[in-house]
Amino acid sequence: MIKIDAQNVDFYYGDFHALKNISMQIEANTSVAFIGPSGCGKSTFLRLFNRMNDLIPDTRLEGKIFIDGRDIYSKGEKVDTLRKNVGMVFQKPNPFPKTIFENVAYGLRVNGVKDNEYIEETVIKSLKQVVLWDEVKDKLKDSAFALSGGQQQRLCIARALAISPSILLMDEPTSALDPISTGKIEDLIHELKKEYTIVIVTHNMQQAARVSDKTGYFYLGELVEYGETRKIFTNPEKESTQNYITGRFG
Amino acid sequence: MRKFFEKIVEGGLLISGSVSSLTILLIVFFLFKEAGGLFNTPATEEGYVLAVNKSNDVGKLSPEMIMDIFDGNITNWKDISGMDQDILIFRFSDLTNYYTEEELGDEFQYVPQKISELVAKEPGIIAFFPKQYLLENGFQGKVLPEEKITLGEFFGGTKWYPTSTPAPIFGLIPLLLGTLLVSIGAIVLSLPFGIAVAIYMAEIANKRTRGLLKPIIELLAGIPSVVYGFFGLAVIVPLIQKTFDLPVGETAFAGSVVLAIMALPTIITVAEDAMRTTPRAMKEASLALGATQWQTIYKVIIPYSISGITSAIVLGIGRAIGETMAVLMVTGNAAVIPTSFFEPVRTIPATIAAELGEAPAGGAHYEALFLLGAVLFLITLILSISVEYISSKRKI
Repeated sequence: MIKIDAQNVDFYYGDFHALKNISMQIEANTSVAFIGPSGCGKSTFLRLFNRMNDLIPDTRLEGKIFIDGRDIYSKGEKVDTLRKNVGMVFQKPNPFPKTIFENVAYGLRVNGVKDNEYIEETVIKSLKQVVLWDEVKDKLKDSAFALSGGQQQRLCIARALAISPSILLMDEPTSALDPISTGKIEDLIHELKKEYTIVIVTHNMQQAARVSDKTGYFYLGELVEYGETRKIFTNPEKESTQNYITGRFG
Repeated sequence: MRKFFEKIVEGGLLISGSVSSLTILLIVFFLFKEAGGLFNTPATEEGYVLAVNKSNDVGKLSPEMIMDIFDGNITNWKDISGMDQDILIFRFSDLTNYYTEEELGDEFQYVPQKISELVAKEPGIIAFFPKQYLLENGFQGKVLPEEKITLGEFFGGTKWYPTSTPAPIFGLIPLLLGTLLVSIGAIVLSLPFGIAVAIYMAEIANKRTRGLLKPIIELLAGIPSVVYGFFGLAVIVPLIQKTFDLPVGETAFAGSVVLAIMALPTIITVAEDAMRTTPRAMKEASLALGATQWQTIYKVIIPYSISGITSAIVLGIGRAIGETMAVLMVTGNAAVIPTSFFEPVRTIPATIAAELGEAPAGGAHYEALFLLGAVLFLITLILSISVEYISSKRKI
C-alpha cells in the first residue's frame, strides 16, 4: 500500500531551486532513509510531508504530494489535521519548558482531548513505547530539561507518538546524541516500523543501512537514486551514489 | 609592552566598576541619612516654643492637635481632654495687639517679660513664639515639651501639610495611596495592550510590518516625559473631564492614562525581545503536533519567555512608580487620600519634585521629602527582588 506519493515535486526558496522534479513513493509500515551531502534538499523534502516549510516565507511548491491518497497541499486540506497524522522528530531534542508528563500530553491537549484518564493512559503508553517509562516514572512532574539528551530525544518521540500519527518524520534524530543513545533510538525505529511509516533523514551511512528498508540518495536537489537499502549500499546503479556511500565525497 | 597595556586596561575597568558601585551606595547612604534625620527633628518649628498657662493640665500635643488648634478647628481645651476653657491662640505677631511699642521697649528688650505676663494672665492661652523671647529666669507659664516626629506619625499619618505652622504634618498614607493608585491604573491599562502588541510583533506581523512598527515604538520611548505631560494636560485631561462629566479632569485616571502610554514602549520592546528568543525548534515542535499558531503562542512561547515578560512588567511598573514630571502635570496634586479614580491625587515623586525647591535644606520638610524618596526606593527594591524571586521559581 502506498502511504506517501510525491509526484514531480519542485520546491523553491525565493529564487533558489531547492528540489528538482522529485517523484517518490513510500509504502506503509516501512522505513525510508534519505541520505546525501548537506544542502542536497533531503530535509526540505522531508519537511514537505507535514507542510513545515509553510512557515518559511517566500517559498513555492510545484507538483503534488499525496498522503493516503489525499493531496495534502490542496485548498481544503487542514494543516493541523495533517500534522496530527504526520508526526515529526527534530534534529536536536526540543522538549517544551514543561514537565515530562505535560510534554507528552501536549499534543493531546492542543487537539482538544479533555478526558484526563485517557490522557494519562496515553502518556504512559507512549513513554513505554519509547522505553523511557522506567527511567522517568518517578519524576513525571519534573522539568523535561532535567533529562539527558538521549532521554529528551526519546521523550520527543513519545510526544509525537501520543497523538497516534501514522507517519513519523525524523530529521537527523541522532545527530546530537552519543552512540549509546543513538543505539537506543535505532532499536526503537525497528520497533516502531511495525506500526508506523518512518521517514528518516540521516548523515550517518551506517545508520541508514541499519534502520531503513529503502534509501533515497539526494544530490543538489535531485533524487539521484531510490531503492532497496541493501541494493543501494551494495550495488548502486549510479556512480554518484557509489562515490557518496564509499565516502569519496560528502 | 603588551602586558603593560593589558594591565592598564584591566585596572581601568576595575576602577570604573568600583566607582559606579560606590556612587550608587553613596546615593543610597545619603538618601537614608537625610531621611533618618526626620525622626530627630522636633515636631514643631525649630527655634520656636509653645507655651500654655501654668494651670493648664495638658501635657503632650500631637502635631495634628496643634494644627487643629491653630486652624481653629479645636476651640476648647476640653476637646482634647483638657479643662473646660476656651483656647486663646497667641502668635508672636499678635503681640502688638496686647502691648504698645513703648511697653515692649525700643529694642524689644521687655518682650520676654511681657509674654511671660500674658501667658500667666490668660488661662486658655497657647502661645507660639521664638525661643529667644522665652524669659530665661522665672517664666510664668508652662513650656510644652518638644515632641519629636515619630515613625507612626509618618508612616501612619493620613494628612500631608508640610508647611503648616507651628507644627507641620507629614503623613505618608495619602501620597503612598496616590502613587499606588496611579501606577496600578497605568499597569492595568498598559499591560494587556503592551503584551498584545508584543505578541503581534514577535509572532504574527510579517517582516515589513514589524520593520515599520518597531522604530515607531522605540521612538515613543525617546519622547521626553514633559512632552507626555503636556500632551496629557492638553488632550487627555479635557477628554476625561468631558467623557466622565467631572468637575476637574486632572485625576488619578488621567495620570494612569499618560503613564500607560509612557510605559508601553518599554513593555512592548522588552516583552517582544523575550518572545523572539523562543527557539524556532520549540515553535516547530508545537506546530508539528497539530497545535494552531495561537495554541503555540500561549502554550509554548509565553511560558518559555515568561521571565522576560515579567521583567518587561517590572520595568513598566518601575517607570510608572518613578515617573515625576508627566504625573505632576496631570494628576491635580491634591495630597488627600483618594476614594476613586476620578479624583485629584498626588504621587510621591511629584511631591518631591514640587516641594523640594521650597523646603529649606536640613529642615523637617526637607528631611521628610528625603524620607519619601527612601520609601520610593524601597518600593521599587522590594518589587524587583520579589519579581526576581518569582521568575527564578517559575522556571521549569
